[in-house]
Amino acid sequence: MITAQRKPFDEIYRSASRHRKILVLGCGSCMTVCMAGGETEVLTLSQQLELAARERGDQLQIRMRTITRQCDREFFDDETARLVFESEAVISMACGVGVQFCAERFLGATVYPALNTQFYGATVQPGVWAERCVGCGECILESTGGICPVARCAKTLLNGPCGGSQDGKCEVNDQQDCAWQLIFDRLKASERIAFFAKIRAPKDWSRSGNGGPRTIVREDVTLQ
Amino acid sequence: MDDSRADDGVRIVAFCCHFCAFTAADTAGTMRLQYPTNLRIVRVPCTGRVDITMILHAFCEGADGVIVAGCEEGSCHFTRGNLRASKRVKRARELLREAGVDPQRLEMYHVAAAQGPLFAASAREFIKRVEDLQLVEGGKAQT
Repeated sequence: MITAQRKPFDEIYRSASRHRKILVLGCGSCMTVCMAGGETEVLTLSQQLELAARERGDQLQIRMRTITRQCDREFFDDETARLVFESEAVISMACGVGVQFCAERFLGATVYPALNTQFYGATVQPGVWAERCVGCGECILESTGGICPVARCAKTLLNGPCGGSQDGKCEVNDQQDCAWQLIFDRLKASERIAFFAKIRAPKDWSRSGNGGPRTIVREDVTLQ
Repeated sequence: MDDSRADDGVRIVAFCCHFCAFTAADTAGTMRLQYPTNLRIVRVPCTGRVDITMILHAFCEGADGVIVAGCEEGSCHFTRGNLRASKRVKRARELLREAGVDPQRLEMYHVAAAQGPLFAASAREFIKRVEDLQLVEGGKAQT
């Protein structure tokens, strides 16, 4: 999933307080799972905004809605459209994709982001999310024991650990496991250690985001 | 929330766990201990049930202060519910501070079922604290 964290409250309030009627719009997918912008977080933010407006003597009418996803057109239903058009601004609790798509869907609407989008990650334990993928466009997990050195090695090394790997920890952040130590241990445990000796050629980084925004087209499902 | 204010005083919502704090409140009553009537007790099966949105909802509806009262550490009927509640109270205080509400208006207490006197004393202490805050903030608003 995509993960995110809420922006500082003051930053959100500065955006919201420019208006009198706002819609706090949550996202029922990734942002719900990473507990940054789901139904509960929409309610929490709305309650905070209500209390803040009361304390500061501002007039602020707040409405709430959470849709299944803000990155898919079909989930912006009639009720959501009505609420958007009745509001002066939308505080979107989606990831950066959802915020942009919401603004695209409702041209002319003012859409503010309430979150800072972080990374593609997994819930490693309740309340803890960790980065697992950077969307590099050329997956090599089959040869690294299912552990991604692109996302999890601080130096994105492809051919074993750097000299700074100590006691299984990364020299950049000693709280982080060394990705290549994890890869070595995993390959050894699954008797695929031969993969470790394999020299990997430089990756084709043109498939990553370095060449500008990427688009995927599936001709068999396009409508034209 | 009901607009009627007990003795025109502050309005406090107290989320009390069934097994300890609520029973302590009951014990206080049985012992005929006095504490102000500003407290509105909401009985919950465990303070672990108390969500941050429930606390904020109480403030949005006009509460001047909120108490979350659970078992003593280590004696939660559900093992860790009171510890989880402590963490949520800490987070809720941060959210209140961000919104401009004094976080001292929210407090967590740990009270065993037999500690009626402690419950009454805690209630008195908290109500006094919120009354003082009202005076200070009311004074600021007038200047």
